[in-house]
Amino acid sequence: MDARVTSTAPGASTADVLTVRGLTVGFGDAPVLENLDLDVHAGEILGFVGGSGTGKTVLMRAILGLLPKRSGTIEVFGTDVDHVSDEERRQVGQRWGVLFQQGALFSSLTVRQNIQVPMREHLRLPRRLMDELALLKLELTGLPRDSADKYPSELSGGMTKRASLARALALDPELVFLDEPTSGLDPIGAAEFDDLIGKLRDTLGLTVYMITHDLDSLYTVCDRIAVLGNRKVLVTGTYGEMLTYDHPWVHAYFRGERARRIES
Amino acid sequence: MNIPLVLEQPKVTASVHGSEMRLTFSGDWTVQRAAEAERLLAGVADRDAGSVVLDLSAVTALDTAGAWLVVRLRDALTAKGRSAAIEGYDDSYTPLFDEVEEHKPHDIAEALPRRGIVAGVEKVGRRTVDVWHDAVDLVAILGQFASGLSACLVNVTRMRGIAVLHHFDQTGRTAVPIIALMSFLIGGIIAQQGAFYLRQFGADQFVVDLVGVLVLREIGVLLTAIMVAGRSGSAFTAEIGSMKMREEIDAMHVIGLRPVEVLVVPRLTALMIALPILAFIADVSALAGAGLVSWAYLGLTPQAFVIRLQEAIDLQTLYIGIVKAPVMALIIGLISCAEGLKVAGSAESLGRQTTVAVVKAIFMVIVVDGLFAVFFAAINI
Repeated sequence: MDARVTSTAPGASTADVLTVRGLTVGFGDAPVLENLDLDVHAGEILGFVGGSGTGKTVLMRAILGLLPKRSGTIEVFGTDVDHVSDEERRQVGQRWGVLFQQGALFSSLTVRQNIQVPMREHLRLPRRLMDELALLKLELTGLPRDSADKYPSELSGGMTKRASLARALALDPELVFLDEPTSGLDPIGAAEFDDLIGKLRDTLGLTVYMITHDLDSLYTVCDRIAVLGNRKVLVTGTYGEMLTYDHPWVHAYFRGERARRIES
Repeated sequence: MNIPLVLEQPKVTASVHGSEMRLTFSGDWTVQRAAEAERLLAGVADRDAGSVVLDLSAVTALDTAGAWLVVRLRDALTAKGRSAAIEGYDDSYTPLFDEVEEHKPHDIAEALPRRGIVAGVEKVGRRTVDVWHDAVDLVAILGQFASGLSACLVNVTRMRGIAVLHHFDQTGRTAVPIIALMSFLIGGIIAQQGAFYLRQFGADQFVVDLVGVLVLREIGVLLTAIMVAGRSGSAFTAEIGSMKMREEIDAMHVIGLRPVEVLVVPRLTALMIALPILAFIADVSALAGAGLVSWAYLGLTPQAFVIRLQEAIDLQTLYIGIVKAPVMALIIGLISCAEGLKVAGSAESLGRQTTVAVVKAIFMVIVVDGLFAVFFAAINI
């Protein structure tokens, strides 16, 4: 059974790969996120926006299980991640990939070894096949072949992002989290990265959860946009729907000077 | 709603019609089962057939790993002069095959490590050059430290007083309990061992001479220096190294700060003040430990111990020990700061440099202690 095509359940739309209900996360007294609901549909590219400090990264880290939550449920691939055995948890780990904001490549391994880490950890593959797959992923993300044996400290910012994406894709995951993938890239590099994400979605059947501040990305590749504010998801919808939503921040963001320049 | 991860075994069945062989693929051809799948395909390229059809119509799931295995097989067949074609896959996999075709990894040239005598000689050569570079680096840092310190002494406002105090606190004050305890125990152990043997000759009293001379001249300062090398030397390397990793040192250069003046001078100054004080504390604690053991083990009262100590040693014995402390502090500080500045981009290099710093510092402290012993013997004190 291909999980991406056939899955039905009452109450949920078909094949939501990620379902968050009533999530509350906080540090100290004030909650950063409160009673937050979110659905991510299979095969879509969801762009996540919100002012600095509204908790976009906090939400992603809570979903990934890197931050404790106070209440709420998180279901990934239909599995409640709080009530699973270690083995099931490992399986979920094989089915998602994460691109951290700073890349988070292992500094003492080469790019090729970095891409092979998930393969080594979860699977037993012959060495030659791992090398071939690593090179394939490397090229797929647009890195030149000679970067395979470079160390992360020898890479430029854009190359670090691509290498990190290649590692996130090592096991052909179904769901990929991208934390500001185009920040720190030049406009041409950022546009290439957007194309790449769209192309990978078509090629590998990915579902993409992308935190971004880049209006271009939102406009060109995202199927749906979610806005985070007031400790919850304010609104989700297409770029067009954002334009008509009445909220001061959303209005300023999507109807501002920069946004108008993109649409023109 | 539940979307389980179903893993179906990959399968291949072959059927031959005349000179055409049809390979029917079924099951999951994904990275999770890639090792199995690769084994299934081993040897297929060697079978005798004029043309081969790779039929994917029964495949339940396919990802880059599976697609690559199929493409690789087709290429291997074509390379042997057979005609081979992939067909029957779902239209949704077309972009995947296009991408895999476009980015095929070709032969991987593995740079094998060289072996044999030449490689051995090369290694020795490299090590020798490294030792020379290390020595040059150390002298360079010593020079920068000297010029930085003299600049600070000429113009006292350039001395970063708060930084010096902070590092004095870190390397000196907080080390007092552990150094006092360790020296107390060592003093006690030396006294007990000495007493055990000297008592056989009725020379109990000379335990005080033994402990006094040994602790004040050698043990007190040496153990303190080793402890400080492990404690503060490693901290210096790790601090400076992680700053180097995160480009903070580059930022200092750009802003116009001199990293050696900001980082090395305060640390070294603080350590050179702290180590003699710590060595003195170590001496006192060791003598106290020895006094306690002598009292318990030999029945030598504290008063008798002190009187005997006054006869056995003079102030010069103490000075000989303490005078070594600033030199040892300088060595520990220089080595650990130099190693910290050598840290490259990776976490592994930080760990390696820290290890190297501690090992080198302890080794050099012992070497210098030996040189001091030779020197003092030569001038008859």
